Amino acid sequence: MTQEQHGSDHVQAEIDVALRTKALEALLVEKGLITTDVIDEIVRLYERDIGPLNGAKVVAKAWTNTDYKRRLLENGTAAVAELGFTGSQGAEMVVLENTPTVHNVVVCTLCSCYPWPVLGLPPTWYKSFAYRSRVVREPRVVLREFGLALPESVEVRVWDSNSEVRYMVLPERPAGTEHLGEAELIPLVTRDAMIGVANAQAPQTLPGGE
Amino acid sequence: MMAGTADERIANMDKQIALPRKNGELVFEAPWEARAFGLAVALNEKGAYRWSDFSQGLAREIATAEASGDPSTYYERWLATLESLVIAKGLATHEELDAMAAEQALQDGHHDDAHPHHPNGHHHGGTG
Repeated sequence: MTQEQHGSDHVQAEIDVALRTKALEALLVEKGLITTDVIDEIVRLYERDIGPLNGAKVVAKAWTNTDYKRRLLENGTAAVAELGFTGSQGAEMVVLENTPTVHNVVVCTLCSCYPWPVLGLPPTWYKSFAYRSRVVREPRVVLREFGLALPESVEVRVWDSNSEVRYMVLPERPAGTEHLGEAELIPLVTRDAMIGVANAQAPQTLPGGE
Repeated sequence: MMAGTADERIANMDKQIALPRKNGELVFEAPWEARAFGLAVALNEKGAYRWSDFSQGLAREIATAEASGDPSTYYERWLATLESLVIAKGLATHEELDAMAAEQALQDGHHDDAHPHHPNGHHHGGTG
């Protein structure tokens, strides 16, 4: 949706870059260096792979389907694969359920192990030394810095990923979402919620029209 | 290369060269941006250049644009980087690019065909 009113100069510039891109692609295809199919495939792959959308689908399904949720918590790898998300180089996928009394948060203290197939690529802070070292030592302080203040009554569990096990958090379904279906729940599930440094978003805090 | 997962070195580009995202996902404001992205990645996968060649070029392009107050967008700078690199690596010449752009502009005038690739609803197996 491109509803903005561009000036005509801007429109012309847009046409120019679109044309230049098309020309570059056409030329390289003509020279046999690439094919349009490969580019299609790459774009699809990165759009799908980089974002946390896969994980959000897993969470929304678990929120709306108790059987799936049980399978997910029992065997994360298999349940995630049911939705077609595979390929974490043999690492086992373990899903941790947040409850009113337990909050899980994921880290990789050694490097930056991360559940790629579901969460895409890790944010920069996840790989930072500060996060890796501090979330283990003082998780509540770190979570508060992320804007998540947990009551003392909630137990915080920190899970250290490694090459064999990748963790993902199943956040609590936000209150007031009982009437929402799976598709409407997906946008509420953020990457940060699945790492455990945030809660899933309440529906009214979603960015609206902006 | 095309093993079915995103290349970390590409996806994890940092700071000013970081890919535009929203909620962690890639954001393309227009179809050409996605094509320009795919082109740069495809050429790298083909071994036309190392990714660091591209990312360093992009960093320079961004720094130059910012220093001169050029309001160009991320993917406009991306495209400029890609064109320069393609020319520097001898994959195409400036003249060829200009000629092709003229040809494409002409074609656009005749057909309203913004999507030159053929529609295919199914996935192919392994790619090269």
